[in-house]
Amino acid sequence: MTGASLVVTDLHVEFSGFVAVGGVSFDAHPGEVRFLIGPNGAGKTTCIDAITGLTRGTGSARLGETELLGKQVHKIVRLGVGRTFQTASVFDELTVLQNLDIAAGLHRSSVSLLRARRGVDPSIEQALEETGLAGELATPAGILSHGQKQWLEIAMLLVQDAKVLLLDEPVAGMSHDERTATGDLLQRIAVKRIVLVVEHDMDFMRRFATRVTVLHQGKVLSQGTVAEVQADPKVQEVYLGTAGAATAAAMAVVPEAVAETLKLTED
Amino acid sequence: MTKLKPLPSLRGIAALSGIAMFAVLLLAVAPAVLSDHWLNNLGKYCCWAIAAVGIGLAWGRGGMLVMGQGVFFALGAYAMAMHLTLETAGDRVPGFMVLYDPLAPLPAFWEPFRSAGFTLAAIVVLPVVAAGILGYALFKRRVKGAYFAILTQALAVALATLISSTIRETGGDTGLSDFKFFFGFVLNDPANKVMVYLIAAALLIVCLLAVWQFYRSRFGELLVATRDAEERVRFLGYDPANIKLVAFVVSALMASIGGAMFVPIVGIITPAEIGAAASILMIAGVAFGGRASLFGPALGAMAVGWGQSSLGSTWPDGWTYILGLLFVVVILFLPSGLSSLPARFAAIRRRPAEQPTPPITAAELEEVRA
Repeated sequence: MTGASLVVTDLHVEFSGFVAVGGVSFDAHPGEVRFLIGPNGAGKTTCIDAITGLTRGTGSARLGETELLGKQVHKIVRLGVGRTFQTASVFDELTVLQNLDIAAGLHRSSVSLLRARRGVDPSIEQALEETGLAGELATPAGILSHGQKQWLEIAMLLVQDAKVLLLDEPVAGMSHDERTATGDLLQRIAVKRIVLVVEHDMDFMRRFATRVTVLHQGKVLSQGTVAEVQADPKVQEVYLGTAGAATAAAMAVVPEAVAETLKLTED
Repeated sequence: MTKLKPLPSLRGIAALSGIAMFAVLLLAVAPAVLSDHWLNNLGKYCCWAIAAVGIGLAWGRGGMLVMGQGVFFALGAYAMAMHLTLETAGDRVPGFMVLYDPLAPLPAFWEPFRSAGFTLAAIVVLPVVAAGILGYALFKRRVKGAYFAILTQALAVALATLISSTIRETGGDTGLSDFKFFFGFVLNDPANKVMVYLIAAALLIVCLLAVWQFYRSRFGELLVATRDAEERVRFLGYDPANIKLVAFVVSALMASIGGAMFVPIVGIITPAEIGAAASILMIAGVAFGGRASLFGPALGAMAVGWGQSSLGSTWPDGWTYILGLLFVVVILFLPSGLSSLPARFAAIRRRPAEQPTPPITAAELEEVRA
């Protein structure tokens, strides 16, 4: 928690000739909720994959002074970079407590792994409070609601004491109230941490983003505050095909997102 | 929050008292009730059960389909058999070697097995080192699923072939047999036979206690997590290879211990007992009993062992088919093995309309696909 920033410079990712990300640069600092948006195939998730070591990328991604690219996945995690996935991936057969306990075990000695758990770590209780899962301690993660699973994933990042949280579509499939709760949660945890969110949901982005980077076909199209980005004619062109008013419905390119937003405006 | 705490401890007490009951049955009741012949057979089943407990850990909890546990079974068995052969031969070269070449000296790798201490250490160290190297190489390269299973199976075939083809050094297909002594005790003495049985049964109890502690520990949870979502575990900052390695090495150690006790109880070890078929039979017992449960693997292995010596001797042709049929039926209708029956009955009684879904099918499918 030294206030180190995540700085990505000239990131390239290629899949056998196809350039998925071609020279993307952005940075994210503690205290802001940073959004990475763009149409399908813009390379948002690929950026996160490269930063976390899941796919190979060239260029640079630094956390403070430390270069992340080229390191093994679990070593990058140990440096304090945590992520979630588009589909919630919690351990279905384990309880909420067991899930969190595994996440907290990162900094434990191997000998203590051989003992049974006694009681609940303070860091786990704190994360449970923070994410509103305190009542679900003994629930198997597999029967949690979709939103709760996403919160559990965020809670797991909190107990693993991640300095950087890379969240891949955290509110996909959530109800309006759940989205609001998630947004508030993100703003709370972003006070001391770097939070980078990949999203399709423009409404959610508008409400909670501090700064936004728009990707298009593997390149940075626009960068700035929500208002700046929305006013950018290049962004409007990509999202609308023509230069028009960037309405909530029109800015979302994904059909579900459009449907969602339309539903919301009807309500 | 308070609701959770009594649950695991209650379950822990149930599991512990189950192990205690099992211990009483094996260590006190069985020797009093069974004839010498059946007690000896039970000892043999205990040896398979020890290996099965290890398979339960690696396969049931760790998701590694270890199809070649015969390799580690062989390491323990042949280490023990070499020592017992040398003990029987005394200062002379073992009889079967003289048969092929009367003047040849004892092979160099046999020499250290004269020492009882070296033999006991070898039974522990050999499988740990072998499984450690093999597991490290495989898991770091992320070999898993069917590839892992086939590779381990191939190793069992290779080792059995190697032993078959080195008649002078290992006894070949005839194997090693005719042991007279067991660390100074005369093996023909019925009292000593009971003692050997008791050692095997006690080791089985120890192995059960060991996996019980594994399952309730944080490592056990981590192992299940690795089985179900290896990539996710990586993103929690663990190297899944290390977690799997520990489970694999422990299971190899257990197979070796089972093999070592098999030799004085059965009195012979041959490549047939450690090859592909034998390795699969070990797996079959575990699947039959319930691979992820505490008692399932041991009881399943004992049941298959019992079936083999009762039905297998009276109706050898039919036994193979019965075993195959049982295997198919269990996999189809009870993917979690026989030990999941009580829970399923309970579930059916609770909500008769609802069909309980077998919990392991998804994982099983994934395993086959992977």
